[in-house]
Amino acid sequence: MKYKMIDHTADLGIEVFGSTLIDLFENAAWALSDLLTDDTGNPHPLPDTSITVSGQDWPDLMVNWLRELLYLFTGKDMIVKSAKIVSLSEYTLTANVKYEPFLSYRHIIKNDIKAATYHQIIVEQAGPEWKTRIIFDV
Amino acid sequence: MELRKIDDYRWEVVKTGQMRVPGIIYAGDSMIESIKQEEAVKQVANVATLPGIIRASLAMPDIHWGYGFPIGGVAAFDWETGIISPGGVGYDINCGVRLAGTSLTEKDVKKKLEDLVNSLYQNIPSGVGSTGNIKLAYSEEKKVLKEGSKWALRHGMAYESDIENTEDFGCMPNADPDAISDKALERGLKQLGTLGSGNHFLEIGLVEKIYDPEVARVFGLFEGQVTVMLHSGSRGLGYQVCDDFLAHMAKNIKKIGFEIPDRQLACAMIQSSDGMRYFNAMACAANYAWANRQILMHKAREVLMHVLKIGPRDLGMNLVYDVCHNIAKKETHVVDGEKRVLCVHRKGATRAFPPGHESVCEKYRAVGQPVLVPGDMGRASYVLVGTENAMKETFGSTCHGAGRVLSRTAALKKSKGRSIQRELEDKGIYVRWTGRSTLGEEMPEAYKNVSEVVNVVHGAGIARKVAKLKPMAVLKG
Repeated sequence: MKYKMIDHTADLGIEVFGSTLIDLFENAAWALSDLLTDDTGNPHPLPDTSITVSGQDWPDLMVNWLRELLYLFTGKDMIVKSAKIVSLSEYTLTANVKYEPFLSYRHIIKNDIKAATYHQIIVEQAGPEWKTRIIFDV
Repeated sequence: MELRKIDDYRWEVVKTGQMRVPGIIYAGDSMIESIKQEEAVKQVANVATLPGIIRASLAMPDIHWGYGFPIGGVAAFDWETGIISPGGVGYDINCGVRLAGTSLTEKDVKKKLEDLVNSLYQNIPSGVGSTGNIKLAYSEEKKVLKEGSKWALRHGMAYESDIENTEDFGCMPNADPDAISDKALERGLKQLGTLGSGNHFLEIGLVEKIYDPEVARVFGLFEGQVTVMLHSGSRGLGYQVCDDFLAHMAKNIKKIGFEIPDRQLACAMIQSSDGMRYFNAMACAANYAWANRQILMHKAREVLMHVLKIGPRDLGMNLVYDVCHNIAKKETHVVDGEKRVLCVHRKGATRAFPPGHESVCEKYRAVGQPVLVPGDMGRASYVLVGTENAMKETFGSTCHGAGRVLSRTAALKKSKGRSIQRELEDKGIYVRWTGRSTLGEEMPEAYKNVSEVVNVVHGAGIARKVAKLKPMAVLKG
């Protein structure tokens, strides 16, 4: 299980899990894509785009990372297909992101996510794994 | 968090800890229990900790939890020594409502309601990321950001009276397009003249009841009149402006030299380059929203004329007023007997200026500013008027709507297995929508009863009832 919806008075909240921090940031990206759209088409090769994001601490980096990915959809009409973290340090990450243009006959919008917020944001180590809680504005 | 009852309409959040002032929540006995269960009371207290806050951290009866500031929150900060916060305005900068009256009565539209709502659905772009038929070049977009509603007037999509009857005449003059990011500009290129999604709507309604005939006459409202109300904002551009400044101010918050209790409260001193840059960027988004609502209203005018096969004279669709309910404004208020310049944040709250105020357009100055309070799509909406008491107590502010009681997820659960469309049609309300879960999320029970909200502000004297409207046909995003 990479992520789960949480029962929160907020509009749309999730908890994401990862065995390492890199895993956590990758899974959070995957969760965002999964929440945004369904893809009814077949996979096909896409080029990598390098994205670098930084923050004040892990929670800030998480929000900034999701902000950047969400902007690809809200600002560029792009659907993120994969995000691979190539480097992660305190508190900067660089990732190779594959995305493709949004096509209304191929992609189905599942949730109208408008922003990744700081509301009750958590990035923490929970036992052997890492966990983050993110509330999206929808 | 200790809540102390002041009277039938007011509750005090007692000042404790880091709070610089107390909180005051306007609510009736029946509402306060559900308010207490939310995080919103804590958020009222959090706002009270911010530097430069004047008198109290206020919340209207449609209060519910928001990001940082609660929705329904009003907070005024000293212009020289206070802060400005994107979270005190909200993501959808200048989200607002406009109401137009017409010369029509129910019999003129009754048999055409379904055609009307279908035609509105076809002609008004709505839903997630909807784009309009207005495609702007960057240079033209910057003119929209500077001019607001007047841009629409210049392009034949407004009457002079539309501008006159819009809060601030549809333009904040401090707008500076250089203050906003390329991302925000990019998002604004294709979305002008689109409704958006979620709780945004366009509604054909009917004036069901007049409470104050004298004021209603001045507002151009009469019983049985067909009206058009719409609720929309600054679309992706406003979101981007908010998010950009939230990220930037969260990063620089240490410069202010005090701890914020919640990152969504990120802010800057008004008298700082970040503070001023946000104020000028916010004004761009506000102007975009005004142009947007003006264009949407123009499209609605065209649809009504086309479907009803009548001309503009017979339609007589004139703007009653346009209010913004997510905004920060530079205003002068009397505090402890002294005139002071303040930055009034209204997040899910409406300006409600009294008779005689110079910011109220000439046409309405004798009676006060119209206040538009939409309810849910199954019950009612209200037109109120601003009061002197609002000036004294709430920096000239009042409620903005019904306020949610169910989260979107909870509403979806509750609507499962039901046809909300049929339930509404049984009540004579035709509805069309775009988003696949919109109707469930936006069902009437997801909201407080707007009548209860309005009764509190009326009872507390921070606005007065003028008219009640009922919905007949609703287009949702």
